[in-house]
Amino acid sequence: MRVDIAKGILEKNDGLAAENRRMFAESGVFVVDLMASPGAGKTSTILATIAALRDRYRIAVIEGDIASRVDAEKISAHGIPAVQINTGGACHLESDMIRRAVATLDLVELDLLIIENVGNLVCPTDFDLGENAKVMILSVPEGHDKPYKYPNIFQVAEAVILNKYDTVSFFDFDEAEFREVVGSLNPAAPIFPMAATKGDGVDAWAAWLTDRIEAARAGESA
Amino acid sequence: MHEMGICDGILSASLDAAAKENATRVNSIDVTIGDLTEIQGEALQFAFGVLTKDTIAENAVLNITTVSALSRCADCAAEFSHGRFDAKCPECGSYMCELLQGRELRVDAIDID
Ligand SMILES: Nc1nc2c(ncn2[C@@H]2O[C@H](COP(=O)(O)OP(=O)(O)OP(=O)(O)O)[C@@H](O)[C@H]2O)c(=O)[nH]1
Ligand SMILES: [Mg+2]
Ligand SMILES: [Zn+2]
Ligand SMILES: [Zn+2]
Repeated sequence: MRVDIAKGILEKNDGLAAENRRMFAESGVFVVDLMASPGAGKTSTILATIAALRDRYRIAVIEGDIASRVDAEKISAHGIPAVQINTGGACHLESDMIRRAVATLDLVELDLLIIENVGNLVCPTDFDLGENAKVMILSVPEGHDKPYKYPNIFQVAEAVILNKYDTVSFFDFDEAEFREVVGSLNPAAPIFPMAATKGDGVDAWAAWLTDRIEAARAGESA
Repeated sequence: MHEMGICDGILSASLDAAAKENATRVNSIDVTIGDLTEIQGEALQFAFGVLTKDTIAENAVLNITTVSALSRCADCAAEFSHGRFDAKCPECGSYMCELLQGRELRVDAIDID
């Protein structure tokens, strides 16, 4: 006997993500999901973003990692609330993990929540967490050809950070080609060259993020 | 990558539906996977073999229908199918296109006894 189901496989994740999104909007917190390869500079970018925006916004961080709390400790050392999620081997974060992690935060007291996703260019793209914006970081040493190999992540990202830009002269990174491919995959996404550990280029990224946060607020109060 | 998790979703939706019908066996499960998702058919089949062990879906067939990407141009309303890299309107060259299909991850139906 044939039985029709017609059910989304990610329905459960998407449903919880929608609830997260509603909860974030009600609390007036803007949520960024940062995605990148291992070591591309997610934690460094978060620290640079905190330095740039902490006077203006109340910030907290969720650190997704397969194991360990070293990244969360780096954030806490700067006096910023950081919640560690250990996925126990899972290669991406899901919306129920975010739900549990934010239970330990006072969302109403926050303006910006940054989520460091698990280092992976594949999985995180299929999973809505309830964020306002997905942002991806590519670091220069990974090469300008990554958008050919992992097009999806460049498509779902609303902005692309090109990190470790201070090393661009040491690698045969073809920035023009990179911009062209990213532009064809996702014409609306800005690309921000940045050296997170040195602070170069952080201003342009922080300005974009500020615009997005303010636009979300204007939308909510409108 | 996470085909195990995806497969878990497929299986729990299917087993729930089978239980509602008091099924004793699941013969096949039909799913639709969009080309623009990160799911690989082979890895999904492997996960399916592992996860169905000791369930009423053991030895069931997983039928995967893949859907290619289809977009509509926001400028001239042309509809066109495309791969991952060429989501560009073939009529007017615009990149401002709305994706109509290609990201599906869906359980369509099951066949049960
Ligand atoms: N030269 C240079 N090094 C950087 C930059 N950003 C990060 N790094 C270095 O790259 C390494 C990894 O940086 P992290 O910020 O820990 O990267 P991550 O993506 O959080 O890494 P995981 O969480 O382990 O996946 C560290 O040694 C950083 O000091 C940069 O802009 N320039
Ligand atoms: Mg990190
Ligand atoms: Zn995964
Ligand atoms: Zn067109």
